[in-house]
Amino acid sequence: MSWKDYIKEDMFPLFTCAGCTHGTVTNAFARVADELKLDKDKTVIVCAIGCAGRIPTFLDFPVLRVTHGRALAFATGIKLSHPEMKVVALMGDGDALAIGGNHFIHAARRNIDITAIVSRNEIYGMTGGQYAPTTPPGARATTAPYGMLEPAFDTCKMAAGAGATYVARTDAYHVQHLQRTLKTALQHKGFGVVEVLTSCPTQFGRRNKVADPAKMLERIKALTVTQAQAERMTPEELEGKFVIGEFVNTSRPELTEIYARAFAGMGV
Amino acid sequence: MSSQLIQGNEACAWGALKAGVKFCAGYPITPSTDVVELLAQELPKAGGRFIQMEDEIASMGAVLGASVMGEKAMTVTSGPGFDLMQENIAFGAMAQLPCVVVNVQRSGPSTGGATLPAQGDLIQAKYGTSGDSPRIVLYPNSVEEIYRMTIQAFNYAEQYMTPVILLMDEIIGHMRENVDLEGVGDVEIVSRRRTDVPPAEYRPYAADETGIPILMPFGSGYRYVVQGMHHDVNGMPNTGAANVDATIRQINGKIDRHKERIWLWEEKETEDADILLVAVGCVSRSALEAVRQARRQGLKVGLFRPITVWPFPEEPLARALAHARAVLVPEMNWGQLIHKVKEVKPDAVKAVGLNKYDGTLIMPEEILKVIEEVRA
Repeated sequence: MSWKDYIKEDMFPLFTCAGCTHGTVTNAFARVADELKLDKDKTVIVCAIGCAGRIPTFLDFPVLRVTHGRALAFATGIKLSHPEMKVVALMGDGDALAIGGNHFIHAARRNIDITAIVSRNEIYGMTGGQYAPTTPPGARATTAPYGMLEPAFDTCKMAAGAGATYVARTDAYHVQHLQRTLKTALQHKGFGVVEVLTSCPTQFGRRNKVADPAKMLERIKALTVTQAQAERMTPEELEGKFVIGEFVNTSRPELTEIYARAFAGMGV
Repeated sequence: MSSQLIQGNEACAWGALKAGVKFCAGYPITPSTDVVELLAQELPKAGGRFIQMEDEIASMGAVLGASVMGEKAMTVTSGPGFDLMQENIAFGAMAQLPCVVVNVQRSGPSTGGATLPAQGDLIQAKYGTSGDSPRIVLYPNSVEEIYRMTIQAFNYAEQYMTPVILLMDEIIGHMRENVDLEGVGDVEIVSRRRTDVPPAEYRPYAADETGIPILMPFGSGYRYVVQGMHHDVNGMPNTGAANVDATIRQINGKIDRHKERIWLWEEKETEDADILLVAVGCVSRSALEAVRQARRQGLKVGLFRPITVWPFPEEPLARALAHARAVLVPEMNWGQLIHKVKEVKPDAVKAVGLNKYDGTLIMPEEILKVIEEVRA
C-alpha cells in the first residue's frame, strides 16, 4: 500500500484552482492514513459544502458529503451508532465555524471520538469570495468591499473552551508539521480539532494583493510562529499572528464509551 | 396480554421499537416530546442509542448518519422543528437514505400554540424542501393505528430507500385509548435490501428493475460517496444534463411507479355516498361521527380517509367519488388537503372546505351543519 492508494486518482483532475492548498491538506491526510494504515472499511469521512468539503470525495473511503455546516451532526450519528468506526470530518472554516458553529461547539462538549480538520483559508471560495468568520479585519471580500469589519474567530481557543480534548494548529506551508499534527490527532481518542491555515489565491489573494500562489504560502509562513517563538513575543508582536502547535492534548471520558458503560448489560 | 390505556405518542415509540429502530436523535418540542422520552428509556434496552442533539437540524443529520451505517433511525418533532429539518430531509431523499420523521403537528405558524392541535403541515410534509423530491407521508387517526403506521413508515422507508414522514396531530398524539399492542398481530417488518456483488462491480446508485437502489452500509466493504449534490451511479459529483435528468427521474419515479402499493386509505359508507367527506387524523374521527349521524337521518354521506397522504391516493378517491355530487373537506388549517381533492374530483362535483384554525377540534356538529348547507 502506498499513500496514493488512499486517493481515487482515477477520478482526477481535482476541480480546485491552481495554487489552492486544500489539496495539500488532502495529500497530507492520505500520507498519514498510509502511515497509520487506516482501515478503509473501518473509517468514514464526513464532509459538506465548499471547496474543502468537496475534495474529500476523492479519498478512497466511505464518504458522506452532507448539507452545509452539518458534517459533525451527521458524524455524531455515525459514531454513536457505530463506535467501532473511525470518523473524520474534513471541513472548511465557513462550513465548520459559521453555519456549523453550533455543532462544532457541542461535538467538543460531548468529547465524541471524531477528528475535525478545519481548513482555514479565510474566505468563502466556492461562492466567489465572500467574507468568512475567519477573514482578518480589514481584508477585502466581495461582501466586505470596505474591508472586513468584524473580528475573526480563534478556532483553537473556541475548541478548547468548548471541551475538545485535542486541539492543534498547523498550516499548509509547514507540511512536515501538518503531517505530524494530523498523525497525532488521528491517534487521539476523543474530539480532536486541527486547524490548518490554507491559502486561496483566487478568491482571497486576488482581492488582497497576494494573488500569486507562492506569495500566499509566504504569507502563511510570515503569519505563523511556533509556541516557543510566541513565548518570547509581546502581545503587540503577536497581534494578527497564528501560533502553530498543540494547545490541548488531554483525556476525559469519551461519549460513546460513556454510553457503553452506562448501558453495559442492558440490551441485546 | 390484555389491553392497556396507551397514549398516541407512546404507541409511536412502541411501534418504532417493534419495527427495529436502533437510533433516535431528537430535540424537545411540544407536543411530540413523549415519543423521545420513551425512546430514551427503551432504546438502550433494545441495543439502540438515543441522543438529544443541539437542535433539530443536528437531530436530522445524526439520524441520516446512523442510516448510512445501515441502522433504522428516526427523529420526532413538531412544526417549528419540522421547519428546521427540511433541508436534511431533502438530503435524505436525494441521497436515498431511509429514516422516519415523526411530526406531531401543533398550531402555527411559527411558535403558534405548543399544545394547540392543527393540521397545518400537510403540504409542507411533501413540498417543504427545495427541488423536486419524493415523500411518503402517513397520517394515522387512532392509537392502535399510530402503532401500526409507525411500523409501516419504517417498512416503506427501508423498502423505497427514502425518508418517510409520519404525521400526527396534538389530539391523536396526546389521546389515550385502550389498545392491546401485542394483539395487533403479526406485523411484517421490512429491512433494506443488500447485495453480494463484489465491491469492484458495485454501483450504489444504479437502480435495478425496481427503480430502487441498494445502498450497502458504510463499513461493510463497499466504499462510495453519499451526497446531496447531483451524482453519478458511484455517488461522485456529476451535474451533466443527462445525469441530472436521470437522478430526478429515479428518485421521484421510484415512488410514482409503486404508488398503488404505498396507498393506504379507509372508506366508510362510500358505496352510495352523494356527499363525500375527506378528512385525515383527528378530524376524520369527527367526520366519521358526522357520517353516522347523517346516515341516521337517511342522508347518503360517506367518508374517505387517506392514511397515505403522499403520494395522494388519487384513484381510490376518484372511485369513492363515483356517486358524489359534493365533496366536503374539513381540515384544521387554511385549506390544504382540499387542493388535492379538487385536482381529483370531476368538474361536476362541488368541493366545499370546512376550515378551522383556532386550535380547537372540528366537531361532528360543525360538519353536519355544512352538510346541511351543501344539501340546501
